[in-house]
Amino acid sequence: MSFAPATLPWFAAHEFRIAWRDWLAVTTGGKSVRSIVLFVVLALFYAGLHLLANALMTPWINSGIGPDKQTLVLITGTGFLFWTVMLSQALESVTRAYYARSDLDLILSSPAPAERVFAVRTGATAFGTIILACLLASPLINVLVAHEGLHWLSAYGVLAGFGAIAAAISVLVTVGLFRTIGPARTRLVAQIIAGIVGAGFIIGIQAIAILSFGNMNRFQVLQDPQFVAGMPDLGNILWLPARGAMGDIFDMALVVVFGLAALSLVISLTSRSFATYAIAAAGVAAARVQQSASTRPFRKTSQRHALRVKEWKLLRRDPWLLSQSLMQILYLFPPALFLWVSYGQSAGTYVVVIPVIVMAAGQLAGGLSWLAISGEDAHDLVVTAPIHPRAVLIAKIEAVLVSISVIFAPVLAMVWIASWDLAWVTAIFVAISASSATAIQLWFRVPMRRSMFRRRQVASRAATISEALSSIMWAGCAVLAAGEEWLALLPGILAVVVLIVAWAISPKGKRV
Amino acid sequence: MSADYALAISGLNKSFDRPVVIDLELKVRAGEFYALLGPNGAGKTTILRMVAGLLKPDAGSISVYGIDAQRDPIGAKSIIAWVSDEPMVYDRLTPLEYLEFVAGLWRVDARQAEKHSNELIDWLGLRPHANERCGGFSKGMLQKVALAGALVHDPRLIILDEPLTGLDAGSARQVKDVLKQKVAEGVTVIMTTHILEVAERMAERIGVINHGRLAAEGTLAELRARIGRETTLEEIFLDLVAQKEADIAVEAAA
Repeated sequence: MSFAPATLPWFAAHEFRIAWRDWLAVTTGGKSVRSIVLFVVLALFYAGLHLLANALMTPWINSGIGPDKQTLVLITGTGFLFWTVMLSQALESVTRAYYARSDLDLILSSPAPAERVFAVRTGATAFGTIILACLLASPLINVLVAHEGLHWLSAYGVLAGFGAIAAAISVLVTVGLFRTIGPARTRLVAQIIAGIVGAGFIIGIQAIAILSFGNMNRFQVLQDPQFVAGMPDLGNILWLPARGAMGDIFDMALVVVFGLAALSLVISLTSRSFATYAIAAAGVAAARVQQSASTRPFRKTSQRHALRVKEWKLLRRDPWLLSQSLMQILYLFPPALFLWVSYGQSAGTYVVVIPVIVMAAGQLAGGLSWLAISGEDAHDLVVTAPIHPRAVLIAKIEAVLVSISVIFAPVLAMVWIASWDLAWVTAIFVAISASSATAIQLWFRVPMRRSMFRRRQVASRAATISEALSSIMWAGCAVLAAGEEWLALLPGILAVVVLIVAWAISPKGKRV
Repeated sequence: MSADYALAISGLNKSFDRPVVIDLELKVRAGEFYALLGPNGAGKTTILRMVAGLLKPDAGSISVYGIDAQRDPIGAKSIIAWVSDEPMVYDRLTPLEYLEFVAGLWRVDARQAEKHSNELIDWLGLRPHANERCGGFSKGMLQKVALAGALVHDPRLIILDEPLTGLDAGSARQVKDVLKQKVAEGVTVIMTTHILEVAERMAERIGVINHGRLAAEGTLAELRARIGRETTLEEIFLDLVAQKEADIAVEAAA
């Protein structure tokens, strides 16, 4: 099927084709065997999620789900948490529509109306957000459909409506940033907002749970009788989306219509300015940044120290590092708060924070290691320098581990104030988790521009999954070890297995 | 003696999905400006990347001022500078910070490196931008920063792969002047280029690579004598490449 050139459907078909081929290339590498394996793995994983959702939700379903205030509060609160993640993802995608160059220069220099490209790309953002949200929420919704009836299918409609709203708000925020702070800072600020929105609300709820109930369970807040009693009555418009999700077709339709209308209105209001802002964004790369004139003389240094100093300078000046690592750093806030609130209590309560710290260390070390090891902009320069390649890698690893130590030292100090023993356990597992993530990045290293940092997960799915699994396993091992449980051996062994498998399937840096 | 040569390559072979460099023999004298020419895909960059230590040869030897580049890569690298067509510069470092880093990698004395860096910054017209991050620089400015990085450790052999690609006339002139000056100081320069006029004017000897082999080598006069007429390097180059293509076609037919 073909459409008239430069029309909305024609642009949509073009975008879809490019996105589909990108996805296929990234996930399968063009190999049919890999496609089949991927399909089977995804199907098994998806089935596993349904089993997990069933186990989690059966007690709630058995207790009886009715349109009472407590249920509406729980669904609305959980839905809102979910929506903040959708908003965060939409913000990221919309910003990319303005800054990603690839074919934008070609399209903007053609006589085709830029508004149509923007309309299609915003629509694609909304569509992508909705699809991802539906996929993530589907195990929960499908379990409800299976147990409670088909009326729960209307939750998908509510998700679609809120996906459209998220895309509309993202466009408004991005355009607002372009107008107020200019194209040079819009991308970075939008990334930070996306990070804060994505993690901030969940962390905020967690903080409230810690301050009010002394634990880190965010759902405790939503189920607290006092909190529920303080909420508006059943007839309030606040509960309309929840009622829609539970099967009220009229309320669901209202959410869908409202979402699509908001998205259409925002697109029509902002599409004319798209070309202007996209062109302004293109000029950002040519802008020069003045450093304060250095009067410091060159320092006598070893080759390894020269490499470490270079890495620290580049990490400090990396605009994406802050936004991309923000979530991991923000997740350290609740444990720190918990430590502060629980000061003076028994050591047992501090066990709750250890896995969060250990996992954050692994994830952050993964990001920093990628930047230092794979993200080498002057790869040829370093390879042609008279220094052994192993010394280069050691210097880069040292730079990463020192950075991790500096970031985590204050948190470990807080644990140390609470419990000397736990501080030791946490410090050891922070070191192990960070070292494991660094080792994985080392084995999967592929020279790339640092600017590709945001796509590092795409570059190697195996590295990303191994990194996440090892961090989770070490976090589990740490918490059990802190509780002096022999069971700690199990996640520890699993973490080692993950590392062995990662090492076995990795190219071990052969491509460098 | 290979120590008499800045570069001595013998029996060099490299294959990717097909042979790219085949039994290459090449010698470049110390203090010489040597231009390596050839059509796209002839194997010029692959040869130079193997010399610089960026690729491992399948077979053959590479000697840099008598140092076996495969047995003692660190020794060879300490006297080589590599400049590619894509400048190897960090967006978030200033030219001075970049030069301090390069000097650190090549273990240049800090005081000497600072003095030399400032001279290079002035020489290449980078002084007004010495404290600006390289991120917003034009291609020409980036190439000048990369060239300064190549010179800050006083290499004895400078290898340049298409260093003038994308440079404006002014920047290209500056780069050429720097290279001439270095050759006058006794440094050996090996450069690939598609700008035949540059090779014609600057190179003492020219090597033409085609299909991974050295198709012809000599001074401009020797190359003219080889094809038997007084003509431009462009004509000579096209003639030599066409000859080689014809030889390969005959070989294939046989």
